[in-house]
Amino acid sequence: MSANMVALAYLVASVFFILALKGLSSPESARRGNLFGMVGMAIAVATTLTLTVNWLLILGCIAVGGIIGAIVAQRVQMTAMPELVAFMHSLVGLAAVFIAIAAVNNPVSFGLPEILPAGSKLELFLGTFIGAMTWSGSVIAFLKLSGRMSGTPIVFSGQHMINLMLAIIMIGFGLWFFFSETTNWTAFIAMTAVAFILGFLIIIPIGGADMPVVISMLNSYSGWAAAGIGFSLGNPMLIIAGSLVGSSGAILSYIMCKAMNRPFLSVILGGFGSDSGTVAADDGVQKTYRSGSAEDAAFLMGNADSVIIVPGYGLAVARAQHAVKELAELLYEKGVNVRFAIHPVAGRMPGHMNVLLAEAEIPYEHVLEMEEINSDFSNTDVVLVLGANDVVNPAANVPGSPIYGMPILDAYKARTVMVVKRSMAVGYAGLDNDLFYMDKTMMIFGDAKKVVEHMVKAL
Amino acid sequence: MIGEIDPVIINLTVFVLAIFVGYHVVWNVTPALHTPLMSVTNAISGIILVGAMLAAGPAETDWGVWLGAVAVTLAAINVFGGFLVSQRMLEMFRKKEKKGNA
Repeated sequence: MSANMVALAYLVASVFFILALKGLSSPESARRGNLFGMVGMAIAVATTLTLTVNWLLILGCIAVGGIIGAIVAQRVQMTAMPELVAFMHSLVGLAAVFIAIAAVNNPVSFGLPEILPAGSKLELFLGTFIGAMTWSGSVIAFLKLSGRMSGTPIVFSGQHMINLMLAIIMIGFGLWFFFSETTNWTAFIAMTAVAFILGFLIIIPIGGADMPVVISMLNSYSGWAAAGIGFSLGNPMLIIAGSLVGSSGAILSYIMCKAMNRPFLSVILGGFGSDSGTVAADDGVQKTYRSGSAEDAAFLMGNADSVIIVPGYGLAVARAQHAVKELAELLYEKGVNVRFAIHPVAGRMPGHMNVLLAEAEIPYEHVLEMEEINSDFSNTDVVLVLGANDVVNPAANVPGSPIYGMPILDAYKARTVMVVKRSMAVGYAGLDNDLFYMDKTMMIFGDAKKVVEHMVKAL
Repeated sequence: MIGEIDPVIINLTVFVLAIFVGYHVVWNVTPALHTPLMSVTNAISGIILVGAMLAAGPAETDWGVWLGAVAVTLAAINVFGGFLVSQRMLEMFRKKEKKGNA
């Protein structure tokens, strides 16, 4: 195939990728969008195959990877989506590093000059270090999300200084690589190694509930890594696809930060309220709360006109989505208007709750975003909070509170509030939740799934 | 005139314009589909497969080719895994018409 034909085919593939993202603007068009993405990828791969000699090896590797990918996609639990996404980010990062090393080793096979020009060196440097950080950062995120590593932030003194120094060292090696006349492997490998370490160190101080930001940020990085490789290879399709992914991840990070009212930098630098110490030390006044049984709660909901369910990470942990669906069905049959209210940072990744509820076949018309439903809480009979805490904490409206200004679901405005929780323990922000001590609030202790199953039985 | 421009500048042009396209397209994605958005973009960033294929492509087989082959495998996991899991999720967002509850 001529170079021009290849470039045109790549252009067509790029357009398909844009259409893939455009499709996601509504659930009706989303499946077609995903199909467009697949078509774009098929065009890109088929075109590239004509440029290679070892296509048996390549097709073999694609088949192996494809089978692994298909099995993973088929088997993964919907509650485990955040881990899967983190795992896949790590693969992109590692692939980017391998490609960059291969390009330094044999520039000619990528259509680059035998002796790498300065520009290509700079681009390879960028692609490699972003890729390396994406890989190691995603590995940590994966370990934390899958519970193989504690979700509590790991902080130590001088952390930021160490990170800064490592970053400077990394750039130093990069410059050495950049200004060396011949291929300077020592500098290149050292730079890559430091980038790997930096990726680890940047993610370990970030705690569980900040994961939606981290995972979006790594999504963004994996896109920039692809774009970086695109620059190195002078391939506009890689640049376009990488930038689409990069900006998508950046926008998601922005949305998540805004929903927590936290500056992006403070999330990235790690540890919620790490400068203010523990907030849990209270004023000593024993506050009283009312606890009730699942049966009481079921009775109240059965007699209500309207119920709003607020799901949180606790729902995902308990895998309670199917039980919740049964509960909602029973209430619909009794003529109760049941709706779901989703906070943007509920769960461990953007849109986590929506997918779980969709898996349980709860119609998405009944699942509403914060802005859509917040004004309805005041004329709702019962709010059922399932494993959520900070996102319904009215302390967000109190000036001086650590979470002041964070947009919350106005659950406290409803006539009756029921909170299903494992204990009175504080949420991620380390704050007591006044909602739990209100007169109209009933606490129901237990695993979200078991409690909901009891409610279903009682109805 | 176009021949005198450094290809890096042309790539930069593509890069900046693509970011703008991405920005506008992604803001239109409904929040309910943010998880599928992440898995679709995961699959799309698997486009790095193209770079991996070039690394594994040359006729003279040295260790760079094998590194490329590993990269092809990793990227293929991403492409297939990403698109298929997105498809599985998006199937769940189908409108349910059979149930006629109020």
